Amino acid sequence: MALLEVDDLSVTFARRGQRAVRAVDGVSFSVDAGEVVGLVGESGCGKSVTSLAIMGLLPKQPGLRVGGRAVFDGTDLLQLDDRSRRDIRGRDIAMIFQDPLSSLNPVLPIGLQVTEVLTRHRGMKGDAAAKEAARLLDRVGIPDPKRRLKEYPHQLSGGMRQRALIAMAVACQPRLLIADEPTTALDVTIQAQILELLKDLVRDSGTALVMITHDLGVVAGMCDSINVLYGGRVVETARRRPLFREPRHPYTVGLLGSVPRLDAGRGERLNPIPGSVRDLLPWPDGCAFAPRCSRRVDACVGEPPQLVLAHDGRSYRCVNPAPVPAPREEEKR
Amino acid sequence: MIRFIVRRLLQLIPTLFGLSLLLFIWLRRLPGGPETAILGERGTPEMRAAIRHNLGLDEPILIQYGRFIRRMIRLDLGTSIATKREVTTEFLQRFPGTVELTVTAMVIAVGIGIPLGYLAARRRGRLLDHLSVGGSLVGICIPVFFLAYILKAIFSENLGWFPSSGRQDPTIGATRITNFFVLDGLMTREWDAAADALWHLVLPGLALASIPLAIIVRITRASVLEVLNEDFVRTAEAKGLTENVVRRRHVLRNAMLPVATSIGLLTGGLLSGAVLTETVFAFSGIGAFLADSISQRDYPVLMGFIMIIAVVYVLVNLIVDLSYSLIDPRVRVR
Repeated sequence: MALLEVDDLSVTFARRGQRAVRAVDGVSFSVDAGEVVGLVGESGCGKSVTSLAIMGLLPKQPGLRVGGRAVFDGTDLLQLDDRSRRDIRGRDIAMIFQDPLSSLNPVLPIGLQVTEVLTRHRGMKGDAAAKEAARLLDRVGIPDPKRRLKEYPHQLSGGMRQRALIAMAVACQPRLLIADEPTTALDVTIQAQILELLKDLVRDSGTALVMITHDLGVVAGMCDSINVLYGGRVVETARRRPLFREPRHPYTVGLLGSVPRLDAGRGERLNPIPGSVRDLLPWPDGCAFAPRCSRRVDACVGEPPQLVLAHDGRSYRCVNPAPVPAPREEEKR
Repeated sequence: MIRFIVRRLLQLIPTLFGLSLLLFIWLRRLPGGPETAILGERGTPEMRAAIRHNLGLDEPILIQYGRFIRRMIRLDLGTSIATKREVTTEFLQRFPGTVELTVTAMVIAVGIGIPLGYLAARRRGRLLDHLSVGGSLVGICIPVFFLAYILKAIFSENLGWFPSSGRQDPTIGATRITNFFVLDGLMTREWDAAADALWHLVLPGLALASIPLAIIVRITRASVLEVLNEDFVRTAEAKGLTENVVRRRHVLRNAMLPVATSIGLLTGGLLSGAVLTETVFAFSGIGAFLADSISQRDYPVLMGFIMIIAVVYVLVNLIVDLSYSLIDPRVRVR
């Protein structure tokens, strides 16, 4: 059985006097123990909201509705009361966020921000907690951890801050780690280091990782399987290799086509997807991507495209998918 | 830290110098003078001139100012024209009352304002939020002397719960040491005297607290709302910390920064005296005395009091800045 099974998750923001917004609209995916799963999509596609909904971290506001199920190790996280959720968060499921500076409390020393997790979930206090915190900082590659424990976030570099946040996240050896664009706010050279660190940690501890990103490069380097999100739904799911080799959904094709390549010829232009995420067709009226899609046919509009299950555990939500090179298709069947 | 304090105290010197010069010239420019207050309408021009000469007011203004500065350097504030007593004595007798009143008002304002502002933010858009925001608007708008009269009418004259005037019941015969009546009572173990002085502080303290309370509620609420949306609060939640720890350690502490600043400014403002509240409750602080001194053109008292108040104001804000650096390491002073 999967470690995390997200089934038909939906998040709706309804504000008085305004049309309800479905930020997440029936997202389903699963994560096996020790697996690295990518959630990929443009900004606004619902990938962050999905992760916050699973964690129960969506800002409480009137009109917020979360539906569906998110079953972690047999319990539906969405049905838990606040207290049990707090017990799971930080201990069994931990999270790393995008902007390491704003994600750290500016007025508390790094040490306290690490030890408070240890105190909360592992009952460690005083010297023992400080020692363990230093070990954790050392584990995530922060030099001179004893000194760093006493320092404040503004005294650390961007990469160090993200390492510190990772240390807090892995402090209780969670079984699932959710990383929401963990490298977006960092320099390119630092990005690579942080990704290496995450890969290391996952490999050593057997922690499953959900990697949320818009960066296909990150996905290519890390993920075992990938879910591509568009307009609040998963439009394509596949293992890493097949996805990159033969993307079926036109949106996945578009994403891959808009990645700049070093081996592209001089003067060759990028192929961006026309339009923006806001040109969205509501799912009940057809395929949300249809207004921007180059393979659009009449059948795209009218009713939502069904999920097509293909071989090898992959699936896509498209009535006119990109063709697969014929011979290979024959071969497999 | 020490250097920061010393630097701030040194900055006080030019501040006082400039303030005193402005004030000196401005006071002398006001029509009328102490001779009018002393003689009233009847004095002849000769008598007026004689008094002015005696007080040294007929000399060129810069010479007068020079004399004032020379005395200031020796920390001598001169003698009151009206009461013929040392300005310092007058001040030491009245300022403790004002300090007690200010402390009472600020304890009420902070003690109610911060929790209320915090709760209003947590229950944004619900009844408690609307009540406290609306209530604080009323608190800012209502004139303090009006509130003072209402409190006095209800709780003193009608219900008789609190005394209506003064700082202490004179029949208690309390011993005076510092002129801080509550403190004196505690030091001499005259518990009844301390309790009575405290009792006298409640109503004027409440009246005086209304505006600071309203301001603190609003600033706390706005500040907490802002901090609640910060990423680091989400991080704290993601760590699974208990609600209590998230609140105290992560939300409140960060939300206190702007509140600390406003507490400093408000305290400084209250310390310069609350004329109307003191008058309504016949409370002897510096406010009413200062107002009288203005109408009597009691130059030495005005100059002296305002110089001391300026120093107190700077000291209060210095304390605020130091506490600021305790809360926020990013502004830690060197």
